[in-house]
Amino acid sequence: MTAIPMLQPTTPWTLPRRGPVGMLFFILAESAIFAVFVAAYLFYIGRSLSGPTPREVLQFPVAMTLCLLSSSLTIHLAVRALRSGATGKFLRYWVATILLGAGFLAGTAREWHELIVEHHLTISTNLFGSTYYALVGLHASHVIAGMTMLLIVAALGLTGRVRPVHVERTDVISMYWHFVDVVWIVVVTVVYVIGR
Amino acid sequence: MTTTQFPIAADTDESAPSVFDRLHEWVVTVDHKQLGIMYILFSLVFLVIGGIEATMIRLQLALPDNHVVSAQAFNTLFTMHGTTMVFLVGMPILAGFANYLIPLQIGTRDLAFPRLNAFAFWITCFGGLLLYSSFLTAPALFGGAPAPDVGWFGYAPLTEPTYSRGNATDYWIIGLIITGFGSIAGAVNIATTILTMRTKGMTLGRMPLFTWITLVVQSMILVAVSPLTASLILLLLDRSLGAHFFDTQAGGSAVLWQHFFWVFGHPEVYVLILPGFGFLSEIIPVFSRKVIFGYPVMVAATVAIGFISLGVWAHHMFSVGMSPAANTFFAVSTGLVAVPTGIKLFNWIGTMWGGRIQLKTPMLFAIAVLVQFLIAGITGVMLSVAPFDWQLTDTYFVVAHFHFVLVGSLLFAIFAAVYYWYPKATGRMLSERLGKWHFWLFLIGFNLTFIPQHFAGMLGMPRRVYTFLPERGLEIWNLVSSLGVAFQVAGVACFAWNLIRSYRRGVVAANDPWDAWTLEWATSSPPPAYNFAQLPVVRSARPLWDLKHPEDPDWHYE
Repeated sequence: MTAIPMLQPTTPWTLPRRGPVGMLFFILAESAIFAVFVAAYLFYIGRSLSGPTPREVLQFPVAMTLCLLSSSLTIHLAVRALRSGATGKFLRYWVATILLGAGFLAGTAREWHELIVEHHLTISTNLFGSTYYALVGLHASHVIAGMTMLLIVAALGLTGRVRPVHVERTDVISMYWHFVDVVWIVVVTVVYVIGR
Repeated sequence: MTTTQFPIAADTDESAPSVFDRLHEWVVTVDHKQLGIMYILFSLVFLVIGGIEATMIRLQLALPDNHVVSAQAFNTLFTMHGTTMVFLVGMPILAGFANYLIPLQIGTRDLAFPRLNAFAFWITCFGGLLLYSSFLTAPALFGGAPAPDVGWFGYAPLTEPTYSRGNATDYWIIGLIITGFGSIAGAVNIATTILTMRTKGMTLGRMPLFTWITLVVQSMILVAVSPLTASLILLLLDRSLGAHFFDTQAGGSAVLWQHFFWVFGHPEVYVLILPGFGFLSEIIPVFSRKVIFGYPVMVAATVAIGFISLGVWAHHMFSVGMSPAANTFFAVSTGLVAVPTGIKLFNWIGTMWGGRIQLKTPMLFAIAVLVQFLIAGITGVMLSVAPFDWQLTDTYFVVAHFHFVLVGSLLFAIFAAVYYWYPKATGRMLSERLGKWHFWLFLIGFNLTFIPQHFAGMLGMPRRVYTFLPERGLEIWNLVSSLGVAFQVAGVACFAWNLIRSYRRGVVAANDPWDAWTLEWATSSPPPAYNFAQLPVVRSARPLWDLKHPEDPDWHYE
C-alpha cells in the first residue's frame, strides 16, 4: 500500500467514544418505547368504565421520588470519584446508589401491594389499572435492569476489580441510570399529577 | 492502473477444516462480514418462504370462485406473507448489507460492538423461527387458527383474545417483539459504528452515500421499531394478563392501535426503501462512470425523508374518520415526501446523463428501479389525496402501489446490490448471462403481476378477500396477475442457480472488478478477517479514485 502515506490528513482525527454514543442511541430507542406507554396513559385518562379512579387510590410518592432523584447524584459522585482515582469513595457512593434504588423499588412494591390488596386494583380491573401497571411497571423493570448492572459493578468493585481505567464503562451505566431517573420525572408528572 | 493490494495472511493450516469446524466457526463468529452473510442467507430463505405464500395467494385468486385454499388458510397466507417479507426478509437483508458493507466503506475492522452484533443476528433468527413454529404447535395445543391470521398490521380488536382464540396471535406478537429487539440492537450498533469508527479523514461529508443513508435509516429504526415493540407489549398484556388497552368492550380504543401501529408502519416503509436508494447511489455512478450528481443534496434529501416520514403515518387511516384538520395535515405531509424523493430520482438521472453507461446486470436492475419507483411514487401521491384514498383504500390499487415500492423498487435494488457486491463477498463474479435471464424474467413477471392489480383495484376489488365473483370485470386482471408469478418464479430460480453455481464455478473476481471508488473495493475479494492491513486515510468522497489516480485526485477539486 504505497499510496497511503501520501494521504496524511492535515488535521488531527478524533471521533466520539463508542460507549457513550451507543448508550445515547439506546436511550433514544428506549425513549420511543416510553413515549408509546405515556401516550397510551394520557389517552386513557378518565376513560375507565369502572372504578377505582386514580384520585381515590394514588398518593404522590414523595419518598420514592427523593430516593431515585438523589441516586442520580450519588452515581454522578461515584463516577467522579473513580475518575480521580478514589476507588474507595467510588464504592461507597456506588453502594449508596444501589441502596437508594432498592428503596425506590421497595416503595413501588408497597404501593402495588396496597393497590392490589386494599383497593382491588389489578391490571385487568379497568383502563386505569391497565395503563398504570403498564407504565409504572415498565419504568420499574428499567430500574431493575439498572440495579442489575449496578450490582454487577459493585460485586466487581468489592473484589477490587474496578479501577480508574474502567471509568468510561461506569459512566455509560450512569448515563442509563440518569435516563431512568428522568423518565421517572415524566412518569410522576403523568401518573400522579396530570392523571389525578 | 494498478489495483491496491494488501498483504493477505497465508492460510497456515493446509488441511481443510472439517464441516463441523466450519459450522462451529460460523455459529460463534462475531465477524461483521460473516454475520452480514448470515443475515442475507437467512433473509433469502425467508424470501423463498414468503414467495411460496404469495404464489399460493395468486393461485387462489387466479380464477373467480376458486378453492385452492380455504378462506381461513388464505387469511394465514396473507398475514404470514406480509409479516415474513417485512420482518424476516426486508429488515434482516438490509441489516445484512449494512453489516457487511459499513465497516468496509468507512475503513475500519468491525462494528463498534461485535458481540452485540452476533446477539442481534441470532435473536432475529430465533424470532423468525419462533414466529414460524406457530405452524407446528398452536393448533395442536390450544385450538384456534393454526398460524397468525390477523393481518401483518394486527388491527384491534381482532387481535383481542375474544376474537383470536388459541395462541397463533401470541406467536405473532412475541416473534415480532424478539425480532424487534434484534433490529434495535443492530441499529444501535451500526449507527454507533458510523459515528465513532470512521477511518482517518473520513468526515461526514466524505462518507459514501450508502453509509450516509444507513446512518439515517438506523436512526429511524430506533424511533420507529421501538414503538412497535411497545405496542406489541401492550397487546401482549391485553392477551395474557387481561389488560384493556385495545379491548373496545372495556373502553379501550381500536383506533389507538392503528395510530401506534402506523407510527411504526410508515417510517418502516422508508426504513426499507432508503437502503435501496443507498444501493442505487453506489451502483449508478460506478456504471455511469461519473461522480454522483449532487452529493450534498442527496444527503439532505435523505435526512428530509427521514424526518418527514415520521409525520405521515395517519395517511393509512383516512377512512377511519379523523377530523378534517388531521386528514389535511397527513395528506399534505405525505405529498411533501414526494419532494425529496423526486430530488433523488432526478439526481440519479443527472448522474447517468452524459455518462458512459455500462449495462451490466446491477445497472439493469438499478435502471428498472428508476422507472418502477416513479410509478410507485405517482400512485403514492395519488393515494395521499384523502378523497381519492377514500375510494381506493383497502383495494388492490393499494396492493399494487406498495408492491411497486417494496418489490419493484426495493427488491430490484437488492438484486442489483447482490450482483454488485457478490464478487466482493465471495471472490467470484455472478454469471452475466444468468443475470440477464434473471433480470428480464423478473422484470416481465413483476410488471405482469402488479400492473393489472391497479386496474382490479380501481374496478373495486378489495384486498384480503379470498375469492371474487365472476362477471365483474375482474377475471382478466387477476388471471394475468397470477400468470406473472410464473415468470417471477423462473427469474428467482435463475438467481438462486446463479448464486450457487457461481460460488464454485464463477469467474474469479478481481479486488475491484467494477473499477469503483469506495473503500470496500480497496481490500481483497473476499476481504481478510481484519479487512485492511493498514487502515486507509481518506481525503475525498472517492478515496479509491484518489489511490488509483494520484496524479488527479478528487481532493484537488473538493
